[in-house]
Amino acid sequence: MGNGTSIGRVRGLGSAKGGVHHWLVHRFTALSNLLTVLFLVVSILLLPDMSYGTVVEWISRPVPAVMIILLVVSVFWHARLGLQILIEDYVHDANKLFLLIALNLAAIGGGAFGVFCVIRLALGAHA
Amino acid sequence: MTLPQARGFVSAMANAGTKNRPLSPHLQIWKWGPHMFVSILHRITGDGMALVGLGVLLWWLGALAGGPASYATFAWAMTTPIGYLVLVGISWAFFSHMCSGLRHLVLDTGAGYELKVNKTWATICPIAGVLLTIAFWAILLLR
Repeated sequence: MGNGTSIGRVRGLGSAKGGVHHWLVHRFTALSNLLTVLFLVVSILLLPDMSYGTVVEWISRPVPAVMIILLVVSVFWHARLGLQILIEDYVHDANKLFLLIALNLAAIGGGAFGVFCVIRLALGAHA
Repeated sequence: MTLPQARGFVSAMANAGTKNRPLSPHLQIWKWGPHMFVSILHRITGDGMALVGLGVLLWWLGALAGGPASYATFAWAMTTPIGYLVLVGISWAFFSHMCSGLRHLVLDTGAGYELKVNKTWATICPIAGVLLTIAFWAILLLR
């Protein structure tokens, strides 16, 4: 932030032009989180036990596999948006940029790992 | 506009954005109410799940994909006292965040800002989160 001219003091302090999109996607992913996580919650309650064989047989079926893949994508997307707000609210020094880059790497990496694990199970590569 | 006060005002405007800007009242100014509690609880449960819950989710999926041996390690860790504490914590965070999140979706439509209505739902949300958590574990452990 400049200290000299009037324009220098305000340049770069306006809207980022992406706030409404961030806000809307946070709500859309909230709804898809609600559907997919409640599917997981009900599934856990309906499964006879949480043993390896039971869970693998369940998650390898088409509907649970797709729902858990969608859950991973939705939840990681929503978490990325929420943690971005946390960083932007409380980190004001040079670490902010570093943390935001790390957040994107972690969210995309974590989501990719989760999706891959379910696909591997559903396509029978564990057997 | 030749008075000293006027010149001071102009001078203050020229320094806008640099120093002595008025600050909006922060948390310690207000009397605490349920709406403030449910607001910060929404952030704590959401970011808590993002930082801890997603780790456990990936460990679960990774252990399943890794095979029976890696799943046995995961199952052992999650059935220790600390493991149960983490799982109960995640489930409580989810149900609380779900209730306060649904409240936010209603507030986003512009409804529920009347003082009594707002206070009522702000009180109900965290209680519903705890009750749903108890119901979930009761069904899971007593079936």
